[in-house]
Amino acid sequence: MKNSNEIIDDIANREYEFGFTTDIEMDIAPAGLNEETIRFISAKKEEPEWLLEWRLKGFQAFQKMQLPRWQHFKMPEIDFQGVSYYAAPKKKKQLASLDEVDPELLATFEKLGIPLNEQKALSGVAVDAVFDSVSVATTFREKLAEKGVIFCSFGEAVKHHPDLVRKYLGSVVPHSDNIFAALNAAVFSDGSFVYIPKGVRCPMELSTYFRINAQNTGQFERTLIIADDDSYVSYLEGCTAPMRDENQLHAAVVELIALNHAEIKYSTVQNWYPGDKEGKGGIYNFVTKRGICKGNGSKISWTQVETGSSITWKYPSVILQGDDAQGEFYSVAVTRNRQIADTGTKMHHLGRNTRSRIISKGISAGEGDNTYRGLVQVGPRAHNARNFTQCDSLLIGNRCGAHTFPYIESRNKSATVEHEATTSKIGEDQIFYLNQRGIDTEKAVALIVNGYAKEVLNQLPMEFAVEAQKLLSITLEGSVG
Amino acid sequence: MLTIKNLHAEVDGKEILKGIDLEIPKGEVHAIMGPNGSGKSSLASVLAGRENYTVTQGEVIFEGKDLLEMSPEDRAREGVFLAFQYPVEIPGVSNINFLKTALNEIRAYKGLPALEAKEFLKLTKEKQQLVDFNANLMNRSLNEGFSGGEKKRNEIFQLAMLDPKLGILDETDSGLDIDALRIVANGVNKLRSTEKSFLVITHYQRLLEYIVPDFVHVLYDGRIVKTGTKELALELEEKGYDWLKETVVHENV
Repeated sequence: MKNSNEIIDDIANREYEFGFTTDIEMDIAPAGLNEETIRFISAKKEEPEWLLEWRLKGFQAFQKMQLPRWQHFKMPEIDFQGVSYYAAPKKKKQLASLDEVDPELLATFEKLGIPLNEQKALSGVAVDAVFDSVSVATTFREKLAEKGVIFCSFGEAVKHHPDLVRKYLGSVVPHSDNIFAALNAAVFSDGSFVYIPKGVRCPMELSTYFRINAQNTGQFERTLIIADDDSYVSYLEGCTAPMRDENQLHAAVVELIALNHAEIKYSTVQNWYPGDKEGKGGIYNFVTKRGICKGNGSKISWTQVETGSSITWKYPSVILQGDDAQGEFYSVAVTRNRQIADTGTKMHHLGRNTRSRIISKGISAGEGDNTYRGLVQVGPRAHNARNFTQCDSLLIGNRCGAHTFPYIESRNKSATVEHEATTSKIGEDQIFYLNQRGIDTEKAVALIVNGYAKEVLNQLPMEFAVEAQKLLSITLEGSVG
Repeated sequence: MLTIKNLHAEVDGKEILKGIDLEIPKGEVHAIMGPNGSGKSSLASVLAGRENYTVTQGEVIFEGKDLLEMSPEDRAREGVFLAFQYPVEIPGVSNINFLKTALNEIRAYKGLPALEAKEFLKLTKEKQQLVDFNANLMNRSLNEGFSGGEKKRNEIFQLAMLDPKLGILDETDSGLDIDALRIVANGVNKLRSTEKSFLVITHYQRLLEYIVPDFVHVLYDGRIVKTGTKELALELEEKGYDWLKETVVHENV
């Protein structure tokens, strides 16, 4: 009879499900980072002069910056010159419709559970599929266009909606925000662009699926979402990558802009390759995500389920500029084996009566290390600002770690800021109780973890909540020790 | 139904059960009484398969099968149910979701299909009424924030739902006031049948006024030192466990 430790080890050693590679002819820039690289990318994408200049400004900022030292983990050396900054599947010809996408790519996304064929796709979800450096397909565009919703790759947005891009690009995350944002500004290759016109409730879930495939490359995409007055959009991103021995860098930037009474709900299910049991390989997921509630009564809500990557380092934040604006952050971060997650949020209360809510659930198993880092800042104008933070850690086994670094800065006496934190362990007693009711240890752990993360999972769009639950169960199966 | 032969078990190298012999035929209710530390709850734990107990000698045959060879979940699926002395809380997992998972796991083991939502709800309602369980507790997280009495009543409700062959009640009466005790006992009495057996572990005779056992065994220092009918429980109540200690010492001499 296997004891629960053995079962857990079995499962902890389970192979990463999305670790395959696609064999396809690629256009790859030589490794290295200099002005030439940037001009090369810009030229490849036939960009206007202003964008090239913006990229070069980003590059100059990047060159002056150092890697931060405040993180709660050992920062690996990153050889920025050893990476290729552009990798795109070779286009056979100009695509006129989805039917002309390379069948190899369609098959890849199908294998990932993301059919790009509109007949097969989840109804109610439009997808932009990003493969290495470029967007290969966007579904349901015509249907969305009927409502005036723009959903396309970043590259197309630059060509067809330059005014919108120019107005908002870098307005929330400036080109010099931090070293990875500066790097992204210099070399970003593609990403998704969304514009929801005034008064429109986007009729479908929008979603971008990121796939890293090529070896020795990084992925540097940018997402820009603008919700005009009184509009609503729910957006979801998913990500996977092949299993490789070397680490790959993913340094994305996401900017959200919510105008008067607009609402943006942004969900992430992150399942990048986490590296193997010994911590070899895996994605460095260093991402800058920030939204601004620019208009009065606007709302931005981040939900993230982070199960992959060898290091996750991100703080989806909200600038609550408009009066009565609301910011939310719901997070489940799982680390096992040698994974590291240092994640949290920043809520900047600038407007009156602004409210924010932070629910963070960390789960550590194996030798995983999980850190919540958060900042709640209340400015002098932010009368009656309110924040509630709940920050829970769940430990599985006795070799993992959980840390909490909450920062609160209030410059307004009428503000209310609440912080609650708990740390708990999956107990043998809980497992035994469930065993005694006929539930095996694998299912018992899944049940307990999903129960623990429920408050966050409930925030995901229905179509993805079930997937996320499954992912969480698979990721953690058998991590009790 | 259950045959225990010369069962020895230890925890952390310390022998707790020192040769238990017990036979529980189908349809009978057996009570185990004994002072604190005599090994009552350990016996329940060993039968259910708790990991930190090591069986060093003896055997346990349940319905013709070697119980000790089975994982805890398989014992449960075969029909051994333990009503815990201290039921655990599991936040975020609703009582109803938990029960559905448990019931369907047991059904799958028996080669039965999962219950349809409608049938499951019907069964739930029926059993709630049978054991007088508050329907409001169904959608709450498993035992989270339940009072002591509510937790124990939840154990009996689960017993009703999962319909085991053998129900082991581990000091289910502890911490219950007289009204809660009566409700719990009534629930068990309603579940008694010629097909079902019970092993009722208790420190006090009080519970046995409500759940009348066919036999009473007295456990002392890891052994069953006396067996009798329900009158034995009364005698114990009257004379106390010290009386028993003297008898045992006397016998050993």
